Amino acid sequence: MKTTDDSVSIEINGLSGAVAAGTTVAAAIALLNNVRAPLRTSVTGMPRGALCGMGVCHECHATINGVAHRRSCLVECMPGMRIHTDGL
Amino acid sequence: MVSDHTHDIVIVGAGPAGIAAACAAAESGARVALLDENSGAGGQIWRRASTGPAAKWLARAGRAGIEFFGGVAVYSARVATSGAASPRIELLAELSDEPHRFSANRVILAVGARELFLPFPGWTLPNVFGVGGLQALAKGGMPIADREILVAGSGPLLLAVAEYVQTHSGRVVGIAEQASAAAVRRFAAGLWRHPKKLAQGLRLKAALVGIPYWNNAWPTEADGDSALRRVRLTDGWRSWWVRCEMLACGFGLVPNLQLPTLLGCRTHQHHGQRVVAVDEHQRTSIAGVFCAGEPTGIGGVDVALAEGLIAGYSAANNSLAAMAHFARRDSERGLAARMHAAFQLRPELRRLADDGTIVCRCEDVTLRAVASCESWREAKLLTRCGMGPCQGRICGPAIEHMLGWPVLDARPPLQPVTIGTLAAL
Repeated sequence: MKTTDDSVSIEINGLSGAVAAGTTVAAAIALLNNVRAPLRTSVTGMPRGALCGMGVCHECHATINGVAHRRSCLVECMPGMRIHTDGL
Repeated sequence: MVSDHTHDIVIVGAGPAGIAAACAAAESGARVALLDENSGAGGQIWRRASTGPAAKWLARAGRAGIEFFGGVAVYSARVATSGAASPRIELLAELSDEPHRFSANRVILAVGARELFLPFPGWTLPNVFGVGGLQALAKGGMPIADREILVAGSGPLLLAVAEYVQTHSGRVVGIAEQASAAAVRRFAAGLWRHPKKLAQGLRLKAALVGIPYWNNAWPTEADGDSALRRVRLTDGWRSWWVRCEMLACGFGLVPNLQLPTLLGCRTHQHHGQRVVAVDEHQRTSIAGVFCAGEPTGIGGVDVALAEGLIAGYSAANNSLAAMAHFARRDSERGLAARMHAAFQLRPELRRLADDGTIVCRCEDVTLRAVASCESWREAKLLTRCGMGPCQGRICGPAIEHMLGWPVLDARPPLQPVTIGTLAAL
């Protein structure tokens, strides 16, 4: 992770939080969620989290600033970003 | 609506192979575009690296005057004008939800590899990751400090990631390598010809002293309610549970062949894997299209760098400079061949999944449903296996490994894109 003093304010499922600049959205969800709850619910309702970390598996889909199905492991947090997951 | 970009050479993938190719091509006078899905260059192995060889190569790329495009999803490609004299290749991409078209006479595909996941009961639980996957997520800021992490699967990546976890305050509770101790020792003994790799190996060994390391051992089940609690390992004779909060599990790498296949590049079998066929100048069977790094055969960073340089020089018509790197590439490929022999997957791994195990995670298709079909195509049509957003990138290689079906197919769009992007073309 980039070492930097800058932090970025974001909102996940309506809750505000701050993460270090350079943090991916997938990581931010894990951070602010203490890596306990799932990131996504599968088509048959199973809890899922990120798997591949590199944009291949699509398990980390989240809605970012209103755009659904973004691969959250490929997107870095930006100030004011609004993130929604269906698994929390 | 579509933003058009024209370059002499477009390179897809900004890992070591793509960066080396971009440097070689730009230093030979070509106008070069370097595209990557990630916002920054570096690929998987150099993700967010700011020291060592990564820093050296990125600095060289910076001086070479390469145009870098991050956050680009290439979703289609075609040969617009064929012929050896002046082929023109077009790549369609989405960048910040907007459509872009990159055109060039030469394209270098340095699209890397992904991990091989083999389904076993419980592998869909949250906090089961790939080996490289866990590291990639941790580099992106996912917390691993004080977490109990089990590392399992096969290959040199296991030790590298275990060391990464230890040095980032995670707690590796064990490493399960499916290859035999004798095979791993033979591989390690051959490293004397590659002093840099030998030093790396010794450093890893020292960093991991005191951590349980099992050979001939692999995971058979992951257990937990909404997230992982424990993993069962076996050595074929006995089995035991290991408590952990995270599992990093991968069984080696699979070349990314979607884009090369879409462009029509010929593939062939190499060390038991389908790879892109290239000549000694890294030219594929399609005029104007070059390929370098993992898609031509899993070989690691040093093969990728050598192949990238050769592809970059060759694409820029600088054949003499390309030839200067042939010997280095061939020597590194020799090491890769020994790696494939040492970490060959044992036959028991074909039977990790039971009937009820989810094989296709996008569409939640079980092994029972897939195995009742006759082919990959039939499974897709009848069960929707491989039809979800990953388009079979995860389940395809797993099913190929378990059932022996050839599963290669590539249709545009290679990545989900917005309707607006598709409509603009």
